[in-house]
Amino acid sequence: MILGKVVGTVVTTISHRDYKNRRLLVVQPLAVADEAPGDDFIAIDSTQAGIGDTVLVNREGGGARQVLHNPDACIISVIVGIVDSVYIE
Amino acid sequence: MLLGRVRGTAVCTLKYPGTEGLKLLVVQPLNKKLEPVGKLQVAADVVQAGVGDLCVMVRSREAALAMPDVKFVPIDLALVGIVDELDVRPEEDFDLSMKPGWNAYT
Repeated sequence: MILGKVVGTVVTTISHRDYKNRRLLVVQPLAVADEAPGDDFIAIDSTQAGIGDTVLVNREGGGARQVLHNPDACIISVIVGIVDSVYIE
Repeated sequence: MLLGRVRGTAVCTLKYPGTEGLKLLVVQPLNKKLEPVGKLQVAADVVQAGVGDLCVMVRSREAALAMPDVKFVPIDLALVGIVDELDVRPEEDFDLSMKPGWNAYT
């Protein structure tokens, strides 16, 4: 799982049936101060996250299928938590 | 999942069993600012996208799961949505770095 910030929203009218009635958000991974942040990606929301929220994202299909209760879902990235705080040594 | 722009179509007559009838599109992966990331790739289409469309794509095993009938096919990139609206806030609006110690986000 990774930590990221929700920076945008995506609206798709025509989409695969597994994506119907699900919110798609643009997520930018966080990085420590002296490191370049990773590439942004799109994730399905399962936590009612919004733009500006720091989120926990599962980027693995098996976990995504479990979260979405669909054993055949063609979804990889799922937002599974909204982060309150992070402590780094 | 990632964004991509359809740049063309690919036609191939000899195909692995299970992939017959699938539409193949040449796509350019994009980042949130719609700048190209990497080189052109070929994606299987299940949403009837056309050249110039901005799309949502899915990679790896989940691309094969997006196929309509046979789920065990050698496909590693699939188009799963056509983007109507993309709202991305500028990077300056967010603090993307984590500092040593407590970082409070709420």
